[in-house]
Amino acid sequence: MPEVLVFATLNGLVTGLLLFMLASGLTVIFSMMGVLNFAHASFYMLGAYFAYSVSLYFGYWTGLIVAPLIVGVIGALVERYGLRRVHQHGHVAELVFTFGLAFLIEEAVQFFWGADTKNYQTPDLLDFPLFTLFGQEFSAYRGFMLAISIGIFIGLYQVLTRSRVGLIIQAAISHPHMVANLGHNVPLIFTAVFGVGTALAGLAGVIAGPVLTTFPGMALVLGSIVFVIVVIGGLGSLPGAFLASLLIGLLQSYAIATNVGMQDLLALFGLEFPRSHPLDDLWTLNLSQIAPILPFLLLVLVLIFRPTGLMGKREQ
Amino acid sequence: MKILTAKSGVWAGYLAVLLLLPLFFDSILAISIFNQMAIAIVFALSYNMLLGQGGMLSFGHAVYFGLGGFLAVHALLMMENESVYFSIAFIPLIGGLTGLLAGVFIGSFSTRKAGTVFAMISLGIGELVAASSLIFTGFFGGEAGVSGDRTFGPPLFGMDFFSDVDVYYLAAFWVFASTLFMYLFTQTPAGRMANAVRDNPERAEFIGYSARWVRFISFCASGMFAGVAGGLFALNYEFLTDENLNLVTSGRVLLMAYIGGLGFFIGPIIGAIILTLMNFLLSNYTELWLLYLGILFVLTVLFLPRGFAGFIMMHRLAWLRGKMHTLALPYLLTGLPALLFILCVVCLLELSHTAEPELHFLGLSLSRDSVLVWAALLALAMLGWFLTKKSTSGLQRAWEAANAPDEDSGQEQTS
Repeated sequence: MPEVLVFATLNGLVTGLLLFMLASGLTVIFSMMGVLNFAHASFYMLGAYFAYSVSLYFGYWTGLIVAPLIVGVIGALVERYGLRRVHQHGHVAELVFTFGLAFLIEEAVQFFWGADTKNYQTPDLLDFPLFTLFGQEFSAYRGFMLAISIGIFIGLYQVLTRSRVGLIIQAAISHPHMVANLGHNVPLIFTAVFGVGTALAGLAGVIAGPVLTTFPGMALVLGSIVFVIVVIGGLGSLPGAFLASLLIGLLQSYAIATNVGMQDLLALFGLEFPRSHPLDDLWTLNLSQIAPILPFLLLVLVLIFRPTGLMGKREQ
Repeated sequence: MKILTAKSGVWAGYLAVLLLLPLFFDSILAISIFNQMAIAIVFALSYNMLLGQGGMLSFGHAVYFGLGGFLAVHALLMMENESVYFSIAFIPLIGGLTGLLAGVFIGSFSTRKAGTVFAMISLGIGELVAASSLIFTGFFGGEAGVSGDRTFGPPLFGMDFFSDVDVYYLAAFWVFASTLFMYLFTQTPAGRMANAVRDNPERAEFIGYSARWVRFISFCASGMFAGVAGGLFALNYEFLTDENLNLVTSGRVLLMAYIGGLGFFIGPIIGAIILTLMNFLLSNYTELWLLYLGILFVLTVLFLPRGFAGFIMMHRLAWLRGKMHTLALPYLLTGLPALLFILCVVCLLELSHTAEPELHFLGLSLSRDSVLVWAALLALAMLGWFLTKKSTSGLQRAWEAANAPDEDSGQEQTS
């Protein structure tokens, strides 16, 4: 049992921190522009695909640097020529635009790279077990993912709270007109933040691609979960997003690792149901089976009982 | 009075078109396209009730469509097992009731807020139901889905529903009834208040309406008609899978309603017809049709925020002034190069995607490996782009002239 617990925790941390790399960009973009970027996970997918293509010619490490840059530039262009145009039609139009973009990017990826799964491999340098615990190996690549995510988190936090740029960004979030009056180019800040946010998503894609497989549906798999995190954490709250990312990561990892089911729960009360009942599916549910729907269940519950999220301040 | 007769004339025309269509296009393919259109029209209209008229952006509208459809298939199965016996003309009603019940339950907590919060709840519920459908295999049939048979009920007016034409007439009846009721709903106080709450919930609250209650009513009605569409789907295909209630279907209906035009009642009907036709006409010829659909959608959101219906209605003023003819030539001057540009781009996309050495496009046979073909297409595309760009200012001038107040009448008043 302890080895299951330790590995579930480690894997949960890896997933949770990876999710945070996506959620952080989404949160900052939301607090600035008030728009939830539906296509955020699509930029994550683009990151993985660009890195795969680059790694074929120049190796993994070049891809790690170049792919997020390309994705960031694409993101900035989307903000400048797409979102800014739609902005005048209101938030619903923006949300619909990013939804269409997500759809378009998925189709474009299939056009350029094909519908099959890409053989995107972990670099040889990190292809060894980092340590062995209770006879199970923890790969160095997962340790590397953990290190990058933590590094990004600390870096982002330092930049946003300590640096001058971070202060201007924070000011632009709460008082955009005042910042503009002080002579800063607020639209440029918006574009830059959008670019950096999407570049972070791209970086997450680069490091997750080899582990979570690189295929055209990878944006869809993660996309709605990242949404869930941002909403559960409280729209616009970075610490909330961090907390929710870890919560969701650990929750899913524990749920998959445990083998507790409805039958065990009913057995506690001395109940047993006959097989081949119409509701048989309900009695035989396992926690690992419902792991994929747990985040959405949590989302609906949070939105009903605490619409501001865990650490959010405002309702909209 | 005149308006009333004009309106009933439109409805009579709509009914006549619905009834006469299979007489003019009677091939099996055409009938199956019409059936799919009928389903899409009801579904897209029900979605517009939510987003266009109520201001609630939903990413989980397929839930009501799918649940209605699944219940309808189970009703067909029960008929097959002879546990119930009634005419299958009522199957869409079962779907509608299911959609209504689901709407009442989910709407009871999700309509508290509109905007982003509502969109997120609808996304969460949509994913929840879609994921659950793969877990509860007893009811949803897992990945294989559930299938039924529509021919076990009693015949209706001599129709036994073996052929698609019989289903078409049944669907036509339900489409007409649903469209009529959804239109009448927009004319009721509830429908009018839905518009008010969409535009300014605070004001609506100030004059004494509960914004939440108004949203709830629209939401339930919308869920019901989505369920009717689901029931029609079950009748037509006799087969439902988890895809009918997941994000793919929810996204598809959003595309239909938006491309057609949200602000207008007729918009989603146009969108449903365009998308169904695109699906049939393009998917046979190219694997890239979803890419084209995505491009079309993003361009619509960017440049035609009120959709195709909005584009048509833009010309109302020019039409009333009798100045449409002044727009014809500028439209032609911009439209033809734009068409050239689009065709060249499509050709280039197809050329770079094709596995065959030769691509047949518009009667031309183009070699994939010839540099000349690529260069010519690129040059033509650039020419088209350049001419389009150049002629837009002329179009804009003509547009402003057609919509400007009449100079003659202005002079008469001053003199």
